[in-house]
Amino acid sequence: MAVETEALDLTEESPVRNEAVVYTETVVFAPPERYAADAPYQLAIVELPSGERTTVRILGKTPSERVSIGDRVLFVSEEDGVRFYRKSTVPAEEQTGNTPRPLI
Amino acid sequence: MEVVLVYMRSVAVLGIGKTAFGAFPDRDLRSLAVEAANLAMSDAQLPSEKLEAFYLGNFAGPSFVGQNHLAPYIGTALGFLGIPCTRIEDACASGGSAFFHAWQSVASGVYDSVVVAGVEKMTSQSTPRVTEILAGAGDMAGEGRAGATFPALFAMIARRHMHQYGTTREQLASVAVKNHANGAKNPLAHMRKLISLEQALAGKPIAEPLTVFDCSLISDGAAAVVLVPADHAPRYHSRFARIRGVAQTSDYVALDRKDDITFFPAVQSAGKKAYEAAGIGPEDISLAELHDCFTIAEIIASEDLGFAQKGEGGPFAAAGCTAIGGRIPINTSGGLKAKGHPVGATGVGQICDIVQQLRGDAGERQVARSRLGLAQNLGGSGATCVVTILEAA
Repeated sequence: MAVETEALDLTEESPVRNEAVVYTETVVFAPPERYAADAPYQLAIVELPSGERTTVRILGKTPSERVSIGDRVLFVSEEDGVRFYRKSTVPAEEQTGNTPRPLI
Repeated sequence: MEVVLVYMRSVAVLGIGKTAFGAFPDRDLRSLAVEAANLAMSDAQLPSEKLEAFYLGNFAGPSFVGQNHLAPYIGTALGFLGIPCTRIEDACASGGSAFFHAWQSVASGVYDSVVVAGVEKMTSQSTPRVTEILAGAGDMAGEGRAGATFPALFAMIARRHMHQYGTTREQLASVAVKNHANGAKNPLAHMRKLISLEQALAGKPIAEPLTVFDCSLISDGAAAVVLVPADHAPRYHSRFARIRGVAQTSDYVALDRKDDITFFPAVQSAGKKAYEAAGIGPEDISLAELHDCFTIAEIIASEDLGFAQKGEGGPFAAAGCTAIGGRIPINTSGGLKAKGHPVGATGVGQICDIVQQLRGDAGERQVARSRLGLAQNLGGSGATCVVTILEAA
């Protein structure tokens, strides 16, 4: 079952290519050993424009940067196979987590 | 008409044995498994030299205690020399899977008497290390690398169930309150402590919306059963239970591969197969042990197995329908939540708990007139499921 999205422009130059929609999410307070320094962090399964779903990290530490089901998120970077996204509606001046932590 | 070419024998659980579940710093993995298996063989009135094969359910002995080759390591300590000793790993369904494969070996006529044990020794590791090891039951290249823990995966399942069906945190917490109430009456349970709804709701957050009270326990423990053909069972004693139906199924390991995470296809299909084999439906079941690794998992399993309508598992639990004395008592043992969850032991322990009820031996937790019991053991976020239906002799 797909998350409902508007028809998306998936051409090379379209910024929509970097968008995804939150299918579900959680904030992890009890991390595995190797991510102990990151906690708490938000994790989400997002639906990509292709319809594929993937598990990603959501950047940011403040409540306004947290995402909920149905929120649009923007791709920020990929580090060691982990994709980082941020909430698309957070004003730039409120963003705290634009640089992903280096991963162990 | 479908022609069944393979003749399968009816199989009975002749003996059961369990250690207490808990944190036992002075006990090693082997001594726990040996204790449970000896109890089961003694209960079966079958000495170890009569056993023809040994199946062991264990999730992560190599990671938790640094020992591999566990089946003959434990088997020889039980006096099994020369017989096949095999360890089976299917995450939190390792015990159920070992039971299923042992059942196959007796049902098919290969063996006339086998022992199945499940064991895990977890508490010698720190909680972050245990979390890391358990995460290995998920897709480590995908969700695991992104930082998913098992509480996080089930938290995301809970969020979605709440979003689609209006399930509330209070309904989740009511499962924990009920399982603690049952566990408090179980002398072998890890946590024999009553909790209130307010306490459960105010628990330390683990992965939102789940608090520490929504999560099962990190435990040490073992459980074992002895299986024989049902027509041999009366030669030993009359307290056996007949396996009316058992099924094992599978699904994607990665949660993000599933179309809809508010149900477990593997649970639905294992339930359907087990009900069909038994020729019964959910309305015939007297009580069930469901895999409540997290409160949401018990709610979803109660829907997937037909005890509650789809999406209604939360209100069903909150209304008391799953309590002892309710419409379908679920986890009268205390479940993984209060009894404890020594991963590899869990699936075998559930069989012991059902047989204990069918024998009328559950003391103050006894469900009146229990004739048919169901056990459901889940691996990972739903990639393995084993459902077993047992009937009193």
